Amino acid sequence: MGSASSMLTQYDIEEVQEHFTQQEIVSLYKRFCQLDRNAKGFISADEFLSRLLKMVDGLNFKDFVAFLSAFSSKASTPQKIEIIFKIYDSDGDGKVVFNDIIEVLRDMTGSFMSDEQREEVLNQLLNEAGYSRESPLLKNDFIKIFDYEGLRMEMEVPID
Amino acid sequence: MSNKLHSSSSELDLDRPNIEDYLPSGSIQEPIGKLRLRDLLDISPILTEAAGAIVDDSFTRCFKSNSPEPWNWNIYLFPLWCLGVVVRYGFLFPLRVLVLTIGWIIFLSCYFPVHFLLKGHDKLRKKLERGLVELICSFFVASWTGVVKYHGPRPSMRPKQVFVANHTSMIDFIVLEQMTAFAVIMQKHPGWVGLLQSTILESLGCIWFNRSEAKDREIVAKKLRDHVNGPDNNPLLIFPEGTCVNNHYTVMFKKGAFELGCTVCPIAVKYNKIFVDAFWNSRKQSFTTHLLQLMTSWAVVCDVWYLEPQNLKPGETPIEFAERVRDIISVRAGLKKVPWDGYLKYSRPSPKHRERKQQSFAESVLRRLEEK
Repeated sequence: MGSASSMLTQYDIEEVQEHFTQQEIVSLYKRFCQLDRNAKGFISADEFLSRLLKMVDGLNFKDFVAFLSAFSSKASTPQKIEIIFKIYDSDGDGKVVFNDIIEVLRDMTGSFMSDEQREEVLNQLLNEAGYSRESPLLKNDFIKIFDYEGLRMEMEVPID
Repeated sequence: MSNKLHSSSSELDLDRPNIEDYLPSGSIQEPIGKLRLRDLLDISPILTEAAGAIVDDSFTRCFKSNSPEPWNWNIYLFPLWCLGVVVRYGFLFPLRVLVLTIGWIIFLSCYFPVHFLLKGHDKLRKKLERGLVELICSFFVASWTGVVKYHGPRPSMRPKQVFVANHTSMIDFIVLEQMTAFAVIMQKHPGWVGLLQSTILESLGCIWFNRSEAKDREIVAKKLRDHVNGPDNNPLLIFPEGTCVNNHYTVMFKKGAFELGCTVCPIAVKYNKIFVDAFWNSRKQSFTTHLLQLMTSWAVVCDVWYLEPQNLKPGETPIEFAERVRDIISVRAGLKKVPWDGYLKYSRPSPKHRERKQQSFAESVLRRLEEK
């Protein structure tokens, strides 16, 4: 295989560097090359991993890094919220409807909650927060909902 | 389609350690307080896990054999390498096979008489059997031109102590065994290795386990405790990683060896890769192939350090104890520790693990809904 970093020039790295160090970019590139042909490595992936993979599929390396930089410790909270919003907004139309949220909730709770329970809980919490199940949520709504100090979404890029 | 998924995940399961061996029994922090919309919608932890899996698979990193950069593609070096191959395969290998055969002949012709004729004289028989096992292991090591440097005080036979070491290949066992006839806890293997296990290793007091049996863990834990408490038993050697790792990293130690209520003596083993990569990738090659590979290499060079015995500190949990010992071994052998968090975070989720997460999330939502 040879060393992947020989295929990246300094210019490539700078073009793509957002919140990552040079070493991290090199690691990401190696991983990016692997991912392209190694979809079967994720055969026992859970639903969220599948969703993320779908979002990353077909991206070039620059966009791949831009996407993942939301998971860096240096990323801003709005960047992180944007990813969360995109996960919920499965059809990508900029609106998260009641059923979109139910879909995700289904994956989060599995067989440990019934559909009725999920709808009831979501309905109640939406109402308490001042929203209703009929009107979809937009990105700004998500920013308001997640406006608190606790949102942590950081992963580490391992450098060998 | 669902059949295929099942079989591949069960294949992974055999190698993937059981989460229960690492987690403390019980205590996981539960969120409290009134449920808010953001608690329901916050998928950040699970997304982080997924992103981590995209970016890295810490799990497989430890089990990758990093193939050395080929150096022989050069008009000067290539003939030298060819000469090396001729020497290794044509001269060293037959010589080593001869040495090993002689060793086996000596061993078997001494072992069986001792084993059967001295049936009544257990103490003497055990002593001789131990010596013979150490002898055959020395022959094995010689058959790879093993150059082993032992550092530190040799293990002594005492009750209430257990030895732990990092694991790279089954040859770890042979390398350590040639110095001290340990009893080990092992998985029963098929083929000729299994035969050796049931005859010779049995007499050393080895303990067998069966990975696929769920109840097996308690049975084995009891066997371990009994063995450690018996004063005449051979010192027990455990590889707490539970699997072969590529000698660049240590993976998490299973807590089993650290809950026996006895002293833990760490042993660190580091192979010098310049001569041969001793990592046995059990998924890629059989033990026989692995041995043959070693016997056609120049040498197996390694260092073994017997480190200072450790005891459970007051207030320390077995898991913290295991981590502390792993730290000691990793530092001594120059191995990188796969981080505790990272391992759990980035390991591929198993269906059981996923279900447990779903359950705990669902229960926490329903519970907090009640709180007003």
